[in-house]
Order: sequence, then structure tokens, then C-alpha cells
Amino acid sequence: MKMTIAFATIAAATLTAGIASAGTMADVQARGKLNCGVTGGQAGFSAPDASGAWHGMDVDYCRAVAAAVLKDPNAVTFVPTTGQTRFTALASAEIDILSRTTTWTFSRDVDLKFTFAGVNYYDGQAFMVPKSLGAKSAKDLNGATVCIQTGTTTELNLAEYFRKNNMKYDPVPVENNGDVQQKYLAGACDVITSDGSDLASTRSSFKDPQDHIILPEVISKEPLGPLVRQGDDQWADVARWTLNALLAAEELGITSENVEKLSAGTDNPEVNRLLGKEDKLGEMLGLDPAWAKRAIASVGNYGEIFARNVGDKTPIGLARGQNALWTQGGLMYPLPFR
Amino acid sequence: MAMESAAPSEPFHLSMLFNDTRYRARSIQVIAFILLVLAAAWLVDNTIHNLAALGKNFSFGFLWSTAGYDISPHAIEYSSTSTHARAAIVGLLNTLIVAAMACVTATILGVLAGVLRLSNNWIVARLMTVYVESFRNVPALLWIVVVAAIMSQAMPTPSAFRGDNPTASMILWHSVAVTNRGIYLPVPDFSSSLGQPSSAFGALDLNYAAILGTLALSLLAHRSLVRHTQRIQSASGQRPATWWKSLCVFALPMIALLYALGFHLEYPALKGLNFTGGLLLRNSFIALWIGLSVYSGAFIAENVRSGILAISRGQTEAAHALGLSPGRTMRLVILPQALRIIVPPLISQYLDITKNTSLGLAVGYMDLRSTLGGITINQTGRELEAMLLMMLIYVSISLTISCVMNVYNSRVRLQER
Repeated sequence: MKMTIAFATIAAATLTAGIASAGTMADVQARGKLNCGVTGGQAGFSAPDASGAWHGMDVDYCRAVAAAVLKDPNAVTFVPTTGQTRFTALASAEIDILSRTTTWTFSRDVDLKFTFAGVNYYDGQAFMVPKSLGAKSAKDLNGATVCIQTGTTTELNLAEYFRKNNMKYDPVPVENNGDVQQKYLAGACDVITSDGSDLASTRSSFKDPQDHIILPEVISKEPLGPLVRQGDDQWADVARWTLNALLAAEELGITSENVEKLSAGTDNPEVNRLLGKEDKLGEMLGLDPAWAKRAIASVGNYGEIFARNVGDKTPIGLARGQNALWTQGGLMYPLPFR
Repeated sequence: MAMESAAPSEPFHLSMLFNDTRYRARSIQVIAFILLVLAAAWLVDNTIHNLAALGKNFSFGFLWSTAGYDISPHAIEYSSTSTHARAAIVGLLNTLIVAAMACVTATILGVLAGVLRLSNNWIVARLMTVYVESFRNVPALLWIVVVAAIMSQAMPTPSAFRGDNPTASMILWHSVAVTNRGIYLPVPDFSSSLGQPSSAFGALDLNYAAILGTLALSLLAHRSLVRHTQRIQSASGQRPATWWKSLCVFALPMIALLYALGFHLEYPALKGLNFTGGLLLRNSFIALWIGLSVYSGAFIAENVRSGILAISRGQTEAAHALGLSPGRTMRLVILPQALRIIVPPLISQYLDITKNTSLGLAVGYMDLRSTLGGITINQTGRELEAMLLMMLIYVSISLTISCVMNVYNSRVRLQER
């Protein structure tokens, strides 16, 4: 029996040593591809187009990370996950980073052992109903049949809101976003509830979006952001500062068009630091000096990403609102590059 | 062979373990066993180490924290403030309910189709062939999804029942509403109810307890009636007509009891956004129930057919020669013998149905897989614990079914001496 234990210990030790020695960044660079967990299809955040190319805010973030780490924004394998499979996929290292409109909550950060890189969209849970239902407020929804995407914070907020307001509802749990739409359009549920941005995105894909309204109540705070496994601080730093680089670029007026010109050197030291002309920020991260420059050149700054994917010129038509920079009355506050 | 009497007095040495046929088989078994233990130890150790590397421990404490999500339908009292353990029990009950219903309907469907496939009527026999071949050759999941799609796409919404000129109306004398959310049925209600004292698992309904009690008493009475008639038959050769006596034994006490309780039906009515009152069979339940029934029914039909065909033709002919009608031949002569062959594969079918209820995930049925194995895992991140617990529960259910069916099988088995 002693032999068995000794053998098992040796085997386990070699195995864990194999896992522990290489960080996520080294793994990604060795593989030459970034595995990025996204939604199966949520227009504006992550959805494949007719030719199979992925587009959206969450997709662009992963491309920026790939540009920074692998020098190629297209070196990304997008792995569609559901609300239920996403955390298992990340914890089991099937994906390197999860960029899937995931709410930053205490239990996910602390109990599920993940590290959030920041917030790339400030959101809140809302309700969408057909105009013909005649509801003007969420308080009119007593007795309604509600379709929810299962495995999300949505479920918990919904239960809490109806309990608090002493109302009844009949939950219809649905595994993915496509089924939610189909059930809702068929009238199998009166209401769908999700993050406001998700509802706007869903509505934009309807044949007649004007027949549906999003009720005014916002029943929760949903700071959405990318996340990585806890315990690999270098990789978490790369994730966090790539996001901040995109935000800072907007603040500093760096766009995908002028980044090449500005990287030659400007009289703004912060721009120089960000684009690798001064100091050695890239090396501290374990990357080369031009990491942020590549990220910005490939997908643009946060403002460009927002406008291209979900902004008011797109079918989704979201206003910047809370997601404007702090200098313009929003909550987006890039951390200083120093 | 005289050599053998002089046993070789060679001393034992290690190479004999493999070279000597006396030891070889045993030493190979020992080595295989050690390898198996090592593999198991490695798996367990690997799991412990990797959980530790992820900073997770192994604990079932999460079962006692607040679930936070709602489940419908729930057979016992449940709200979003209940614990994860209670959510798992609610899911388990939903699993058992749909499994039991599907087992019953699949058996009825299967026996009918199996018998009718052997019918002398060409059209009926061919129709049953088409049923069996089309349903058992398509995955169960597809049938479940098809039923769910038909229910949610083709049925009217509750608002279609509203207004002065509704486009849809309730069927069966305005008692049943078929909507795209499910089927609303009337439920029994009692105006002079006996009350519902609460117990650990929710309210216990005394009305239904009284009804079940009366039914049991009627059954006992009916058994003595049958015994009495049999005695007359064996004494005189005459079998007295018993149908009206049976009817009285069952119907009269029940009618009296229902009258005393003030029995009436509570009809579903459109109120607010949805129908209220009555019993709602949700789409997810109907899809899972019907999908599993028709799918497994096709397999059971084949079991039944093979059982019947295994009974020799002479039995039928002998029964006919005695003047038994074809119906009685089947019921009294063929089926009792065929059951011996039908029951063992039927056990596997029941186990299949029970395990296949986990396909309810696809249509949003809140069974054990969706509660404990779905939302609870997602909210607590306890994949390993919840999965192990779920496997343990499914194993227990399956072993219980298997045990009960084996007892039944030993009762219908041919008594050999």
C-alpha cells in the first residue's frame, strides 16, 4: 500500500508540476492562438456573421488581447459558451479568457475563483414586452410568464424583484439566447428579461422592432467584463491593462487611424508611455513595447469599438450613457499608465 | 502419466510466477488488480491536487445555502429563499413524476402497438409497423423538441382567448384551455374540505387521503367478492354475473364520500396576463412526457411482439378449440405466458425512460439535471460535488426500479420444479 501511495504521489507531483510551470501567457504564445469564450450569438457583443467571422464588443476585446500578446488580432479561436457552460470552460482551461457579457459579482470573483479584468460595459437588468401586452411598467407584470436565460444572474435578480414586490410569475428557463427569442416571438412567454444591452440587441434582430418596448425599470446593476482564472497574476495583468489601454486610448485621443503617426512620438508623455516610446511598460508586462499600439491599431479605441458594434448608428442603437468616459459624465475611468 | 506421481520437488523461485501455469493466471490477476488500484489512486489524487491548485475544496456545504432561483412546477413547497438541497429535491420529484407518467403511457402504447402489429387486419398491422419503425429510429431528443415546437408555435396564446370575438376557445365544455404555454386542466376542489395540516414536506391533503382510503377499502371488498364468485364457479360450474356488483362496490362509497366533501371542479379562467386556477401542464412537461412515451413505446411494442411470437402457435389453436374468443385467448392464454419474456427487457426500457428524463434540459423542464446539475452548479461552482451527488441519485433510482421490476418478474416467471 505504501508503494501505491508513493507511486501516486510521484505521478501526481509530476502532473501538477507540469501544470504549474507554464503560465497562461506562455501557453497561449506556445499555441499561437488565444482561446476566447464568447456567447453563441448576441448581436453587438459577440456573433458570427454570414461568412462565419465574429463581430462585437466582446470579440473586439479578445482581438485586442491577441494583437498585444500574439501580434495578430486574428489569432483567436472563438469558443461559443452558454450561460451554464462558461465558468466550467474557463476553470478547466478550455478557454484562456472569458469575454461573454459576464456580470462581475462577489461570488464569482471570490467563490468561483476568477479574476475580473475590469468592466467593458455598465449594464442593468430590464424587461422587454410586446406593445400589445399593454404593460407600461414592470409592476404590471403580475402573473406573467417570463422567459429567462438560465445560468445567469438574471434568474436571481428576477426572483428577488418579484418577491420584493409581492408579485407572482411563471419562469420558463431557456438554455440559449436564440431559443429565448423564438419562444418570445411565438408568444410562449409574455416577457423576456435580461441585461438592457442584450434586450436592445435582441430587439434589433426582430422583423418589427418597433412593436416591442423595454420597460423603464432597471432592477439590477450589471457591470459586464472579461475575466480569467484566479492565481495567474501575469495573465490577469495582461487582460486588465489591455482593456485599460483601449479606454485610455479614447481618453488620449488615440484612434486606429492616428495610432501609427502618434507612435512615432508626441509631446504627451502618457501617449508615449502607452505606445511604447517612453519607459518600458510592455516589458514589465512580459510583452514588447508596441503591445498597446497593436491592440489599438487592430480594433480601435473603446469609443470606436462601441460606435462600430452597438452605437446609435448601428441597428442596436445604444447611447453611450453610463459607458461614456468619466470626462463626459460616464463611468468609464481608465487607470493611469505610469 | 506415471511421471506425475513423482511431484517435482523443485524449490519455488520468482520466475515460476510467470512460467508455471499453476501460478500464472493468479499472478496476472494480482498485477491487473494493482494496476487498477494505482489508476484509481492516481485519479483521486489528481482530482484532489487540481482542486487544490484551483483553490477549491470538496464540500457539500453549498446544499444548505439559499438557492435564490424559482422553480416551476414544484410538487412540494418551494420559493427562491429555499436551500439548494430543497431545490434538488423539487427537481428530483419533477424527474420522478415525468418518469412515472412516461413509463405508464409508454407501456400502454407499447402493449397496444405490439399486439396490434400482429393483427390480422392488414391496415392496422401496417400502421403499427410504421409507428414502430419511425419512432424508434429517430433520437428521443428530436421527438421531445418536435412536440415542444408544435406546442409553442402552433397553439394559441392566452390573449387569443380574450375579447368579444376570441380567435381561440376552450375545449371540452369550456373546461380545458390549450395554449402555447401549456394545457390548463380543471382540478378537483372540495367545498367542505377536511383541511390540510402541514407536515415537514408541505401540506398534507386530508381530502385525497380520505379518497385513497375509501378506494383501498373498496379494493378489499372487491377481492372478497371475486373470491366468493370463484368459489361458486368451482362448486357449481356457473359463473354469476359480477359486473354490477363490482360497480356498486367501487362507485357507491366513492360517490357518497365525494358528495360529503362537496366535490366540484375548479375551472381555469383567464385573469390578468394568463389563465389562473386549474392545473397547468407546462409545455416542457408535455413535450418530455409525450416525446419519451412515443419513443419508448415503440421499443416496448417490439418487446411485446417478440414475447407473443415466442408463444407457440399451438397455444392459440388450443384456446380457439376450447371456444375462447380471440380477445380472451390473448388476455387469458397468450399474454400471461408472454409476460415472462417481456418483463426483463421492459426493465431496461423503464430505466432508459428514467435516465432520458434528463433530456428535459433541452425544453427547459426543471428536473434534477436542470436544478442540481444546472442552475445550482452555475451559481455555486460546485461541479464535482453536484455531479457526484446527481450520479448517486440516478443510480439509486435505477436500482430501485430494477429491484421492484425483478420482484415482479420473479412472480410472473414460470414456476419450475
